[in-house]
Amino acid sequence: MVEALAYPFFQRALLAGLLLALVSGLLSPFVVQRRLSFLGDGLAHAAFAGVGLGLFLRGEPLGFALPFTFLVALAITFVKERTELSEDTAIGVFFALSVALGAVFLAKSRGYVGDAMGYLFGSLLAVGPGDLVAVALMVLFAGAFLPLWGPLAYATLDRELALADRLPVVLHDYLLAGFLAVGLVLAVKVVGLVLVAAFLVIPGATARLLSRTFAQMTWLSLLLALLSTLGGLFLSFLLDWPSGASVVLFQALLFGLALAKTGFSGGK
Amino acid sequence: MLACASMGAPAKGSWGAYQGWWAEGNKKQGHEGRAPGLDGVVRTLYRYYVFALEVRHLSVRLGEFQALEGVSLEVPQGAFVAIVGPNGAGKSTLLKAFLGLLPFRGEVRVFGLPLAQADPLWFGYVPQIKTFDRSFPALALELVATGLRRRWPFRLSPLERREALRALEQVGAEGLAFRPLGRLSGGQLQRVYLARALIRRPRLLLLDEPATGVDRVGEVDLYRHLEAYQKASGATVLMVTHDWEAAHHASHVLVLNRRVVGFGPPERALSEECLRQAFGHLGHPHGLFVEGGRG
Repeated sequence: MVEALAYPFFQRALLAGLLLALVSGLLSPFVVQRRLSFLGDGLAHAAFAGVGLGLFLRGEPLGFALPFTFLVALAITFVKERTELSEDTAIGVFFALSVALGAVFLAKSRGYVGDAMGYLFGSLLAVGPGDLVAVALMVLFAGAFLPLWGPLAYATLDRELALADRLPVVLHDYLLAGFLAVGLVLAVKVVGLVLVAAFLVIPGATARLLSRTFAQMTWLSLLLALLSTLGGLFLSFLLDWPSGASVVLFQALLFGLALAKTGFSGGK
Repeated sequence: MLACASMGAPAKGSWGAYQGWWAEGNKKQGHEGRAPGLDGVVRTLYRYYVFALEVRHLSVRLGEFQALEGVSLEVPQGAFVAIVGPNGAGKSTLLKAFLGLLPFRGEVRVFGLPLAQADPLWFGYVPQIKTFDRSFPALALELVATGLRRRWPFRLSPLERREALRALEQVGAEGLAFRPLGRLSGGQLQRVYLARALIRRPRLLLLDEPATGVDRVGEVDLYRHLEAYQKASGATVLMVTHDWEAAHHASHVLVLNRRVVGFGPPERALSEECLRQAFGHLGHPHGLFVEGGRG
């Protein structure tokens, strides 16, 4: 296992994975408590359209996926805030639109699109030095998210109280959607498009089963995200499994254990 | 007999009455115009010390529905105002407008300042329907602490913890401090929300049917706590209620039915005529006009 650390590609994947785990572990409790797991799925498909566009134009796919997903996140939040439509309906519309666009872009991409598989399930080999810089920047960016933890948690519990206290709740909704979009796109290389939403949901869900307070839930979610990324990536290296699948399987295993624990102890 | 509508006229000590007094004095001395030298700072100070709320021509539209129309009133500081009216009269809407939760037309001043400039910490609010997410992992103590810092506490400082426990104790709910919020009953939640409103020592307490779900003994207790807080702090209380007995205990009663039907001391505002105007009928299951209702 230790020899894995000697490979630069594994070092990069591990570092990127752990940094991403910090971001996803921090966002995951909000995804779970605000019932945004479908938003995660919708944004992952928006990223798919972005990757398709990147392959079509022969640019860096994630360079296209990032702004595209960010815009879709803002658009979904806009439709939710400004119309009578519910959030899942808004997501459903953009979900379908993104997949359709992605399919058209991929079909029209000339030449080799085998890369698409790596984007779908994640690949350890895919993390280049440039990606590492992007992820490190994202972690710094996530530092800006920390002061929002208190106000966001407050509005997550009771939106009306937060509004009555004059918090900029709507602005915070947009910021959260934006953070989710950026975090999600950067995680695509390691986890893959198909599984990236799970990456944002499972640590929070597991933590929720074991926590009595939201602060506890956030700590646990961070810890679980780090642990499962570490375990998953080693698993991926040793068994030659797709990295995203390994990480998510590891997360699911921890979720199963937490579920068994709460099940046996007779509830929360 | 006093007409209901005339009760909306400026009460003694109001800005209008004050202006009138000045104008009269001026006339005697051969001057014209408004009270001199009192615009700007002094005027603001005067309002700051006299009124908790000045509302002029407040209208709220909820979609196609005109929830409130042309509401004007002046609530002196330290008043305990019971707001009564039939279902759909706009009672909760009025409180929400004061909190800035709903867009409205008209003017609302809080302690002399336009609503937008008012400090959110002046307001203590207990909503009628608790819309919070019951699956959110939270302790009652943490919710109470949000009253202090307007955001969710990651960690409570010893001071915040002490304050929050004291606020819970104030409403007889110290035993609930470390219970998960999602597992509390309606009556227990009311107490916790009230503690959250009281912890910031609000100058204006807005309560939307605070006794909902509270048993009879608890209700008496709740009002006792409220009264004690108000006496000690001199805060102004606006309370939406269906409890006529409680309304009779208030210093002012606002009878509302999308407009102000009556506003004044309970014995006037709760007169037959006002209530007939507001409710369109007199028979009320709680024995509206039972003699000795003041208890």
